[in-house]
Amino acid sequence: MNAAPQPATLKTHGPRNRVPVVASLLVVALLAASVLVLRRVDRIRGEATLQEVLYLPSAKAVKRLSLGYTGLMADLYWTRAVQYFGGKHHARSKQYQLLEPLLDITTTLDPQLLVAYEFGSIFLAQQPPQGAGDPEAAVRLVERGIRNNPTAWRLYYHLGFIYFQEMKDPKRASEAFLKGSQVPGALPWMRTMAAALAQNAGEAETARYLWTNILNSTDDKSIQQNAIRRLEALRVDDEVMALQNVVDAYRQRTGTTPPNWRALIAAGYMRGIPVDPLNNPYVLREGRVEVANPDDLPFITKGLPPGQEPTLYLKKKPS
Amino acid sequence: MMHRIGAIAFNTFREAVRDRVLYNLVIFAILIVGSSLLVGQISIGVERLVLINLGLTAISLFGIVIAIFIGIQLVSKEIEKRTLYTVLAARPVRRWEFIVGKLLGLIGTLAVNAGLMAIGFFAALLYMTHRFQAADLHLLSALYLIVLQFVLITALALFFSTFTTPLMSAVFAFALFVIGTFAEDLRAFAVMAGGIGKYIATGLAYLVPNFAALNVISQVAHSVPVPGQLVFWNTVYVLVYAAAVTSAAVLIFERRNLK
Repeated sequence: MNAAPQPATLKTHGPRNRVPVVASLLVVALLAASVLVLRRVDRIRGEATLQEVLYLPSAKAVKRLSLGYTGLMADLYWTRAVQYFGGKHHARSKQYQLLEPLLDITTTLDPQLLVAYEFGSIFLAQQPPQGAGDPEAAVRLVERGIRNNPTAWRLYYHLGFIYFQEMKDPKRASEAFLKGSQVPGALPWMRTMAAALAQNAGEAETARYLWTNILNSTDDKSIQQNAIRRLEALRVDDEVMALQNVVDAYRQRTGTTPPNWRALIAAGYMRGIPVDPLNNPYVLREGRVEVANPDDLPFITKGLPPGQEPTLYLKKKPS
Repeated sequence: MMHRIGAIAFNTFREAVRDRVLYNLVIFAILIVGSSLLVGQISIGVERLVLINLGLTAISLFGIVIAIFIGIQLVSKEIEKRTLYTVLAARPVRRWEFIVGKLLGLIGTLAVNAGLMAIGFFAALLYMTHRFQAADLHLLSALYLIVLQFVLITALALFFSTFTTPLMSAVFAFALFVIGTFAEDLRAFAVMAGGIGKYIATGLAYLVPNFAALNVISQVAHSVPVPGQLVFWNTVYVLVYAAAVTSAAVLIFERRNLK
């Protein structure tokens, strides 16, 4: 038996055959080149790639196309809504055009996805750049959530929160809390909230109560962080007002502006130098109480240097 | 008779396993663990939901795709390899026994496959939530209904493969799966339609396999229990429908000239 010549095998061996090496190098080099070219193309297209498009604006169409796997589809749309909001929020955008349609599709796909109503309404309601500044849309979303989930008392809480915080309507807020408190399983503080709002309790006091409840009722780190900052801001506002009262009292009694905290301590008005929630001493500047680093204390409305607007967004890492 | 059907079923199972069908389990495990970790980071408050929705959807879709692609080959492969003639001529196996055996073998393969994927799924769930809750028992109902989906689709794929090419069988079976998920829309359409259209639409709505009722994934993801009645009547429906489709397959196969 003679061995038959095997030209194919011979061709692929031997030192002269560089085809595999060249081909491999070409694959790597050309793929890398294509990435570079694509980046160039992206730069030319600019806005086009960033255009806000919902390819399927109809919630019902998306539902049909999901072939019955609506749960997974809803999760994907919810993730998209969160990512859309996060991206816009990060860019300090004031326009959130797709947020409502994305939440609409999410909740049509999965009407029981409570997180989408709860956090979605917060995203929609808060003023820009903290949110989309559309409390009416937020109310619509939560009301739809209540229709779909009549036993979810927490949705009434969110409804009341939006009425109180964003629409400054304590009457409707009180009604929402009261309705929610009548749902079986609702926690007792819902009734307390309704009563407090009906009695025109101080805004700061009510806000503190609301944020404390948010802080204690969520496991989500970012929501907790937001609530902590809100509570800190309320504390700063309270403390600045109290300190300002002390300074004013000193001024009235002595006729002079206290040059620093030590003068007030020596006069027996306070025991030590007051510090803010970030452990920085409050600053006393020409009789005005200010915080040392206003940029690190978002949401505060008191203790800001003259002319500085309140910061309405969370910094990544407060120092 | 039972012995012969059992032998064919076992052989079908063995062949499917040799076809490396179970490779999808590795992809499944990576998909489910990877995506649940990823989505946990980029979304808010839906980690467990995503794991359940994604896990059960993947088990269902993987199974349906496998059911179609193996189901359509079961008969055609044997004809192509000319082994069918040997089986039917040289052994005392009747044609209908061959069809039923093939069907049961493939359903068995898919059930084992779903069982293994379910183990991976529950392991991922345990990893994420650290302990099982009573509500996790509802997931078993959803898994059972998914296996019923497999029974339906396998019967359909096998039915089409008795009279047309594998490619066309796959197209038909998949198309019927899609139509079946719209079964309830068809019924709603029938209610709105008038005249003869109403009767045609109603007839079609009841004729197509109802896959919509077998999908309770979204429900169990929210820990909503599946009524026992639904599980029972779905089981009866699937058995009756699959038996009807298989009878039709036998009818065609009996008349087919295999030489």
